[in-house]
Amino acid sequence: MIEVRSLRKEYRVHKRAPGLAAALRSVFRRTYETIVAVDDVSFEVAAGERVGFLGPNGAGKTTTLKMLAGLLHPTSGEAHVDGHLPRKRERAFLEKIMLVMGQKQQLLWDLPPAETFELNRAIYDVPRAQYQETMAELDELLELGELVKKPTRQLSLGERMKCELAAALVHRPKVLFLDEPTIGLDVSMQASMRAFVKRYNERWNATILLTSHYMEDVLALCPRVVVIDKGQLSYDGTLEALVRRLRPEKRLILRLGAEVAEGDLARYGKVVEHEKLRVTLQIAHADVREVVPAMLAAFPVVDLTVEDPPLEEVMSELFARTRAAREKSEKAEKVGKTETSNDEKGDEA
Amino acid sequence: MNRFFRTFPTLLRVGFSGALAYRAEMLVWVLATTMPLIMLAFWTAVAHDAPIGRFGEKELVVYFLVTFIVRQLTGAWVAWEINFEVKQGTIGSKLLRPMHPALGWAADNLAAMPMRVVVSLPVAIIMLATTGGVGLPKTPLLWLAGMLALFGGWAITFLVNLVIGTLSFYMESSVKVMDAWTVLVFVFSGYLIPIELFPKTLRAITEMLPFRYSIGLPVEIFVGAHTPSELPWLLARQLMWVLAFLGLFLVLWRGGLRRYAAYGG
Repeated sequence: MIEVRSLRKEYRVHKRAPGLAAALRSVFRRTYETIVAVDDVSFEVAAGERVGFLGPNGAGKTTTLKMLAGLLHPTSGEAHVDGHLPRKRERAFLEKIMLVMGQKQQLLWDLPPAETFELNRAIYDVPRAQYQETMAELDELLELGELVKKPTRQLSLGERMKCELAAALVHRPKVLFLDEPTIGLDVSMQASMRAFVKRYNERWNATILLTSHYMEDVLALCPRVVVIDKGQLSYDGTLEALVRRLRPEKRLILRLGAEVAEGDLARYGKVVEHEKLRVTLQIAHADVREVVPAMLAAFPVVDLTVEDPPLEEVMSELFARTRAAREKSEKAEKVGKTETSNDEKGDEA
Repeated sequence: MNRFFRTFPTLLRVGFSGALAYRAEMLVWVLATTMPLIMLAFWTAVAHDAPIGRFGEKELVVYFLVTFIVRQLTGAWVAWEINFEVKQGTIGSKLLRPMHPALGWAADNLAAMPMRVVVSLPVAIIMLATTGGVGLPKTPLLWLAGMLALFGGWAITFLVNLVIGTLSFYMESSVKVMDAWTVLVFVFSGYLIPIELFPKTLRAITEMLPFRYSIGLPVEIFVGAHTPSELPWLLARQLMWVLAFLGLFLVLWRGGLRRYAAYGG
């Protein structure tokens, strides 16, 4: 459904130092800097897949989504979405996709969302019967109810986001790009948005590419993740495999009936957290079978759970490793260049 | 084309709901366009003792009240909207839709017309009551030509708005260009002074410029300044400006989208 080959996007940005003098100078002479937002990224997404597109701020996620939606043209490389070249923005392509950005809105601000739904029905030329069926489903899944009759400006952020999603789905897009759809929402609203996105994907076999800084979104929705950092792809695979590769350890979370000395706990694994009666231990995956019964026998355990390390930690470790590897290779490249130039000087001498 | 006719009525209906939602803004706009009424007071005072050209007091009242109505019905404001949407990046959601955004903006502008007619009606009634409608067209042909010129005037104003709004893809802010354009419209469109009162050379230049065709021409036709034989040529000139601005808009829009796609929003 989505094929991305060696995608690259460069921006030329105006750069100037702070201060009045620099501001005046920039009137006559502007300096520009080329920023590589996406660098040689390739991946494929099958029809009906839900993929988490992850990376820190400024990693190039939104730029990639905008290229896939046809809003930005790649500097080089190619992207195909359901056989279309997004940059051509053909009508047939635009009717199949939608990009929802958590921080940008398409709802008409002073009118009730129902007006935007109706507008989109007309623009996408959705037959009336299909429109009514879709709206009935969206109403049920998102519990829109009376919200659609209130002016958008009077809706809360969560209510507005529900209506944004509904407006985006009036034409039943086959491919849905979601850019931080849960940003700023409270926990329960986040959960209902996730449930909705999953239902939509299952109901219509829609392909979903999602970016989010909330790992809960990723855990709940995306069996597969594609990670980019500084514009480069650093991981593409299942979430499970990523966690296993970076943090093969498990976490034992214990609630104790009485306090236990940290030294005694440390004999079973690395103590990550110890707060009176609550303890978190990190142990090798293979040791779980032995350690759990031994601890149950040795300590007054009230409650015990075995978990993977938090995904936030896994992701920050992945970003740290990628950056370290990149810095190392850049350093090696620099040293190589210096040595070469020294050799050349030596030859000249 | 069928699709257009299926879509456009809904765009107009939603646009009309939008116009109703902006009641206060509408009132402010009306207050901001009362300049012809001020000019009316000024010029009738001047014409009190002796007519200016062919304009006596009554003719001036008709001229400036018709100007007020024409300004109401040819108004467009989309340049500010495009400028805002490009700067905020919200233009992206319009570009994702399988419809040229200009159609949506046109529908929004046209949908506000009924509200503007409501504002214009009392002015028209006052004009008829005080002057007996001196100089107003006597034949359906002239009325038809006036309506065509009115639509042409709106089309020029709207397309200039699109052109200047589209410049925001190229420059930091195109609103200042719109301000400059508005000043030129005030001076050269017949909005403040009837063009036929201009000195000969200035009048000849003004007739070659686009400003007169956005407001002046429909006003002139409605106040009976032209004979039927002059109308085809004048309307053809107006159409030429409509097509010129449409062409300019399409070229700038294509280039603007290329820049937007290259640099992002």
